[in-house]
Parts: sequence; C-alpha cells; structure tokens
Amino acid sequence: MIRRSFLGLMMGGASVAALTSPAHALVEININKGNVEPLPIAITDFLSNNELGPQISQVIAADLQRSGLFAPVNRQAFIEKITDPGKAPRFEDWKAINAQALVVGRVSREGDGRLRAEFRLWDTYAGSQMSGQQFFTQPENWRRLAHIIADAIYERITGEKGYFDTRVVFVSESGPKTARQRQLAIMDQDGFNVRMLTNGKDLVLTPRFSPSRQEVTYMSFEGNQPRVYLLQLETGQREVVGNFPGMTFSPRFSPDGQKVIMSLQQEGNANIYTMDLRSRTTTRLTSTAAIDTAPSYSPDGGRITFESDRGGKQQIYVMGADGSGQSRISFGDGSYSTPVWSPRGDLIAFTKQSGGKFSIGVMKPDGSGERVLTSGFHNEGPTWAPNGRVLMFFRQAAGAGGPQLYSIDLTGYNEQLVKTPGYASDPAWSPLLE
Amino acid sequence: MSRTGTPAMSRMQTLARNPAVIALTLALALAGCANKKNLPNNAGDLGLNGAGSATPGSTQDFTVNVGDRIFFDTDSTSIRADAQQTLDRQAQWLQRYPKYAITIEGHADERGTREYNLALGARRAAATKDYLSSRGIPANRLKTISYGKERPVAVCDDISCWSQNRRAVTVLGGGAGM
Repeated sequence: MIRRSFLGLMMGGASVAALTSPAHALVEININKGNVEPLPIAITDFLSNNELGPQISQVIAADLQRSGLFAPVNRQAFIEKITDPGKAPRFEDWKAINAQALVVGRVSREGDGRLRAEFRLWDTYAGSQMSGQQFFTQPENWRRLAHIIADAIYERITGEKGYFDTRVVFVSESGPKTARQRQLAIMDQDGFNVRMLTNGKDLVLTPRFSPSRQEVTYMSFEGNQPRVYLLQLETGQREVVGNFPGMTFSPRFSPDGQKVIMSLQQEGNANIYTMDLRSRTTTRLTSTAAIDTAPSYSPDGGRITFESDRGGKQQIYVMGADGSGQSRISFGDGSYSTPVWSPRGDLIAFTKQSGGKFSIGVMKPDGSGERVLTSGFHNEGPTWAPNGRVLMFFRQAAGAGGPQLYSIDLTGYNEQLVKTPGYASDPAWSPLLE
Repeated sequence: MSRTGTPAMSRMQTLARNPAVIALTLALALAGCANKKNLPNNAGDLGLNGAGSATPGSTQDFTVNVGDRIFFDTDSTSIRADAQQTLDRQAQWLQRYPKYAITIEGHADERGTREYNLALGARRAAATKDYLSSRGIPANRLKTISYGKERPVAVCDDISCWSQNRRAVTVLGGGAGM
C-alpha cells in the first residue's frame, strides 16, 4: 500500500491467463555462457492514438539492448505493419529480417483515466506466442509500465528474473573536488526520473535501500555529527539510527528489513553493530582493535561478510549473523574491501586494490573462484541488480573530474555508462518494485 | 531513535545573542576560506605567508605561525617526526590560549575506498588527539571528526599531491562552554 502511494501507481493488472501459452519455444538465451550473441528481437510500436505507444516501445527496446542480451532489429527493416496486436503476425515477414522474437502491443486510455497496456511476445521461428500480458496504471507511470513489460520479456526468454523495474539511489556530486557538494538522489535504473532527496547542505554518503519498505539508510554529517540515518522516501521524514557514542557509518539493512547493520567508530577502531528497528536493541558483533566495516548480509540473513584490516590491510571476512566464526576469505594479491553478498547468495562482489589499480570483482563466499570484472585507476563500491546478474559501481578518473556510474554483466562483458545529471557515486540498486 | 531536531538552530540563536562569538565565528569562516585558497604544502610554507601580521592568540596566528596541520604516510596513522614538531608547537600555543575548543579533522587521500577512509581519517584524528593530550592538552578540549577522502585540499593525480590530503587539521572553535 505504502509503496504504491509513493509511486502513485495502480498496477491493478496481472497476467491474463487466456493470452499466455505454454512455454516450449525455440527462442532462449543461456546467460551463463559468458559473452552471448545478443538475440535479434523486433519491438514494434505499440498501437495507440498518441505518442505513448512508440515511447513505450522505445523504453522496452532500450532496456533490452542495455542488458547486452538482446539486439533490437532496426525498425526501418520491418516488413509487416502491425494493425491488430491481438492477431498472429505474418511470421515469414519477421523471419525474413532475422527477428527471432517479436513484441507487439497496444496502449489505450480506460474510462477511469488509467492506462491499459497489453503486449504479446512471439517466437517467429516456432510460430507461437511465448507470452501475453496486460497492465493498468496511471498515465504518469508509463515508463514503469514499459520496464515491467521489458522484465516480462527478459524473464520469458532468459529464464531469469528481470531488473528493469527498479531504481538506484546514489550520491549526486557537483562542484570542484575541493568543495564538492553531495546530495542523495534516486532514479530509475535507466537514469530517468532523477529526484534529489537531500538539499546538499550536509555531506551525505553510502545510501542503501530497504529490502521491504520505501526507505533508505545512509550517512550524513548533519550538525558536524557523522551518523547513520533513515529516510522515508514517501514523506521525507528522517531519523537518526541509534544513540551511539561516536561516528556511525557504513549502514545496510538486514534482508528482512528489520535491522540496520553498521560500523561504530571509537577512537582508532571501528566495530560492527546491529540495531533492531523495532526494539531499538543494539548488538555488537565484532570487537577488535581494527577497522571492521562494510558489512553485508547473506540473502538468507544467516551470515555477514565484511572487511577488516585486523590482519594488517583490508581483507574480506565472513561470520555468522551473531558474530561467531569470523574467518578471512580473501587471500589474493593486494587488499579487498566493500564486500556485497549477491541476492542469489552464490557470490560476493568486492573492490580490490592491487598494483595501483582499483578493480571490481566477485568470489564465492568461501573465497574461491575469484574473478575480476573490470579494472582501472579507480573503480569502487559494487551493488547488485536484484537478479544477481548485473553489477553497478562508480568509477573515477585521475585528476580534477568526478565519479560516474557504470554497470557491468556478471560475466565481465557489457560495461555501460549509467547516465546521471552530474557526477555520481555510491550506487545502490533497489529490489524489484511492486 | 530520536528525531533529528533543532539543536543546531537553538545554538545559532545562542550565538546571535553573543557578539563576541559572532565575531569569532566570522574569523573562523574567513580563516577557512584562506586555507582553501592558499593550499599550504606544509606548516613551514605558512610561516612565509604574513608572519607577524597575525594578532598573537588569534586563529590566524595559530594557522600561520604555528601550523594547523600535519601529514601522514600512505595508509599510516603514525605521527611522523616533522608532525611531532608541529604538534609540539600546537600544544604550547593551545596551552597558552586555553579559551579555544579544538576539533581535529582527520582526512585521507583518494586512493582508498570511501568507508575505510572514513575510519582511517578517524584513526589519524585520534592519533593526533592522543599526541596533543600527551603534551598536556586536556582531552575534554579535543574533539575529533573524520571526513575520509571527501574533503581534499589538493587536486591532481600523483603521489606528491595525494600526500597533502593525508592530513589531520587542528581547527579552533569557540571558548569553553560553547
């Protein structure tokens, strides 16, 4: 309910069973293969009596193209002009231009003012319908409608959940490096609908989404007291998390959204604490004369990965959710930091510093199978798309410029700049919206 | 959890009733601007810059004639020999002018991750505080804050430049009780 009122969204529609046919098609993408050949897909303009039809098609095509798994066919090549998306297309016309999949649809206005959008996904070589669904929403949410349809297409063809109907919260940066202004900002994952969440007066860092509410936890230097805050996205209401005797930083939510886990700085040491948001109980999980920070829960909530320099330099550790059994898992050259557990549970993403370069990589939770995905002067702070297939991070060049956001496939391919209005850092991907 | 309230505002109102504090606040603001423009490489450079013109006991006197900052080696929180000399001068000056509250700002260079650098800056500030405390400055005069890598004074892409950003700055505040 809350989520919907924030979004102003009435996604009353669901899949229409009658439109959906069983799933045995020729078209599929195995996204575990590495650098896959993108699937040629024809995305026709949705029929409408205004600009919305073509606009929705463009957003769908852009989402699918950016994933690196689809190659939208040039619309100039289309032979058949779709006049009734409810009828089977002329498959020969689409096979002739090598479109292995075809998307058709229609968008119209309901009597109550809502938008109604329907789409069908066709396997042109099998000559069969792969999917057909319809949705209702308020007109201002038309981009979300397009993202939801793109997710449905992605999921039907890859077998994995999509990630297009998501948002990213990040730190928007402006001004010269010596007087950089930083604001929390939120945007759709494709860089549209950017909204500033703070006014730039106070230094703000490291936002993270709640897994279950329209809420963000972050760090602010308000009143020259660096502390962890909660921000309600709907109301803008803020509150300090806990009453700790020192700087609190590096906050993240537990997978059930009921706890914030963070670091508390006391003198030279940082240790990891949790605070239960209902009972306000705080629990200390680490107790070393070291910097223990960047905690991240496993998706089942049973374990926590974090970084510590207790062994001399930053390395990645894993412990039980109660702080038990703390053991180091990173043993490669250099130092390792900012571990983030994948939503699928199978991998931990990290920042690695080695040989003067900063890289983004992944390893298994036991530390084996380390792979570097991208490397350069400065790459930092990976965040996972909710399907665990794509990572976003920030990159900074040497000198006077500022950081920008990039996304990269888990395979290390398909690195893409994520457009933001200015410099941007600390991206955090939302769960799939509801 | 407490709601973020208005202590800052009420403090501003207190300030507004006290002209001396307002003047001091302005002086601090000006000193802050000067720091950014001059980008001193070390405390010694500051001595060349208008020495003698600062009123003894003023924040300018402290910044220019004593040196308000020390520098650290990469990923280190050890107080170097040159930094010890600066801090010894600071301790003498601060004992002579006990009216100032003191905030030590810890900073890191950009060659680290954001959260670790916040903690590293805090460590540097704590090491500086410990040193000044060992030289007779009461711990309750010494606050610390870390800005991590978020407040560089020097911008470039080589090691000599990054070294200027790995620093702890002793910032003078208002009189006791403020």
